[in-house]
Amino acid sequence: MMRDQKLWTWHLAAGVVILFFLGMHMTVMHLNTVVVLKGLNPAGGHPIDWTNVVARARSGFFMVTYVVLLGAALFHGLYGLRNILFELDPARWLKRAISGLLLGGGLGLFVIGTWAAIVARSM
Amino acid sequence: MTTPKLTEVSYQIRRFDPERDAAPHWEVYRIPYAPGMTVLEGLWKVKELRSPTLAWRSSCRMGVCGSCGMLINGKPRLACNTQIAELESETVVVAPLPNFDIVRDLVPELAPMFATHQALMPYVIREDVEEREHPTNEFYQSAHELEHYLQFTYCIKCGCCMAACPTFATDALYSGPMPLGQAHRYNSDTRDGGFAARKQVLADEPGPWRCHYAGECSRVCPKGVDPAKAIQLMKRELVLDYLRLHKKKCPAKVAVKPTEAKRRDNIPEAPPRTV
Amino acid sequence: MLESKGHPNRLGIWGWLGGGRWGAERYLYTLHRLTGLGLLAYFLLHIIVTSSRALGQARWTQAMGAVSGPLFKVGEYLVFLAFAFHAINGIRLGIIELGFGVGKPIEPVYPYRTSLDVQRPIAIGVLVLAAVLVVMGTLNFWVLE
Ligand code: SF4
Ligand code: SF4
Ligand code: FES
Repeated sequence: MMRDQKLWTWHLAAGVVILFFLGMHMTVMHLNTVVVLKGLNPAGGHPIDWTNVVARARSGFFMVTYVVLLGAALFHGLYGLRNILFELDPARWLKRAISGLLLGGGLGLFVIGTWAAIVARSM
Repeated sequence: MTTPKLTEVSYQIRRFDPERDAAPHWEVYRIPYAPGMTVLEGLWKVKELRSPTLAWRSSCRMGVCGSCGMLINGKPRLACNTQIAELESETVVVAPLPNFDIVRDLVPELAPMFATHQALMPYVIREDVEEREHPTNEFYQSAHELEHYLQFTYCIKCGCCMAACPTFATDALYSGPMPLGQAHRYNSDTRDGGFAARKQVLADEPGPWRCHYAGECSRVCPKGVDPAKAIQLMKRELVLDYLRLHKKKCPAKVAVKPTEAKRRDNIPEAPPRTV
Repeated sequence: MLESKGHPNRLGIWGWLGGGRWGAERYLYTLHRLTGLGLLAYFLLHIIVTSSRALGQARWTQAMGAVSGPLFKVGEYLVFLAFAFHAINGIRLGIIELGFGVGKPIEPVYPYRTSLDVQRPIAIGVLVLAAVLVVMGTLNFWVLE
């Protein structure tokens, strides 16, 4: 089966990706006055002002990083949750149900987020 | 350190008799104290003077056999390797090692741990079975190669690490620090070629993936084995293996017997074998 | 697993939270777990809320309005704190769980020096770095904005 060997390696790799992109995301959103990155909030003002949101959404770079971050963070977080739940030693059928639920939910959210990133590009 | 005046200590012991008790309960015994007394010696005193039915496991009383692991003042340790004075408390609180079923009083059921240990094949695996079973000579191994695994050979299978591990506290499927540490001990032995065989178990749920480096196993290990270190090193090997970067080591060769060499005349013959 | 007739004695979740008197890494592990769960919960909601931008400015402003106010601001601040810790401690875990920073196998000589002592400087560095991030975030959240 080799499942955890594979999943854990990807968990780690996703962690590295998140470190970069979420680090950037957090700097844009929450360190915007301490670390001023003019290019990322082109209209000035608050980072979640509509003009800034649109400006970022139009950039191809932002769209791609949003989607990559979305995928990596969903995998990293849901695998972590699965790990914690599995450590509670649930029955075999419950483990299968948990895996299915997390996989389904994760894919669903990935689709929603990706759709939003693509639609917002053409605004 | 304790005051030199201390002449008595209290032993608070978690007792359980499967034939009479529904659940474990605490009992307190007072026994005379002598400087230098170990927790194990105190247990013998309790048995001798207060409660002859008290049960525990011990044998070597010198930290070698691995029988006397128990939860002493909240920490898993060897009773024979722990002086009462070092507890810095007038009460010695003794309970059986957690995370193992209680057979009776201070006796933990270690059999599941040994079953996992065995499942991870803690022995040298080689393709030349004939040479392994009926060796003609020793295998080559340098002193430097010995150092890769020497530390992990000091394990006495006392189970203290298993009692301390947070993951093992809930997850019975997780192999735990002792068996994983021992699997790495053989994986990193240059005479061994069993990485692929052990990987069949390690790549899945019983493997090192549920270890999150809380480090408790290494903190309590009475022999300095540092299973947490072994487990992280093992993870690196398995990740490299997944990325197909793991270097396959060919097991060490059998040392060649020198054929040309001749005994010098002035060296006497060895005495005949006695066994 | 062998069948055992003994009395069950697993610590259960209490065993996750810590024995009470043990080492710092146990608490880092617990905190990593809690912050991870918190971040995940926030993130799942965050995906849905921010996806409203695809439906136009009105819906975006509406969604942002629904998650504003002092309570949400404190919540966001907590998420930032969790992120600061989880990210920096995650770097340490990534290094260590690949077998770096734990030292080479050595001959155990009493008093034992374990991998915990070897990686301790990284653990301290993590706490310092996370504290710096927390200070920066706190300034940004409550003072400058
Ligand atoms: S690793 Fe240490 S604590 Fe664990 S069984 Fe071996 S000697 Fe005991
Ligand atoms: S380092 Fe790993 S194996 Fe050791 S106690 Fe922690 S979680 Fe368990
Ligand atoms: S009695 Fe042998 S290790 Fe304690």
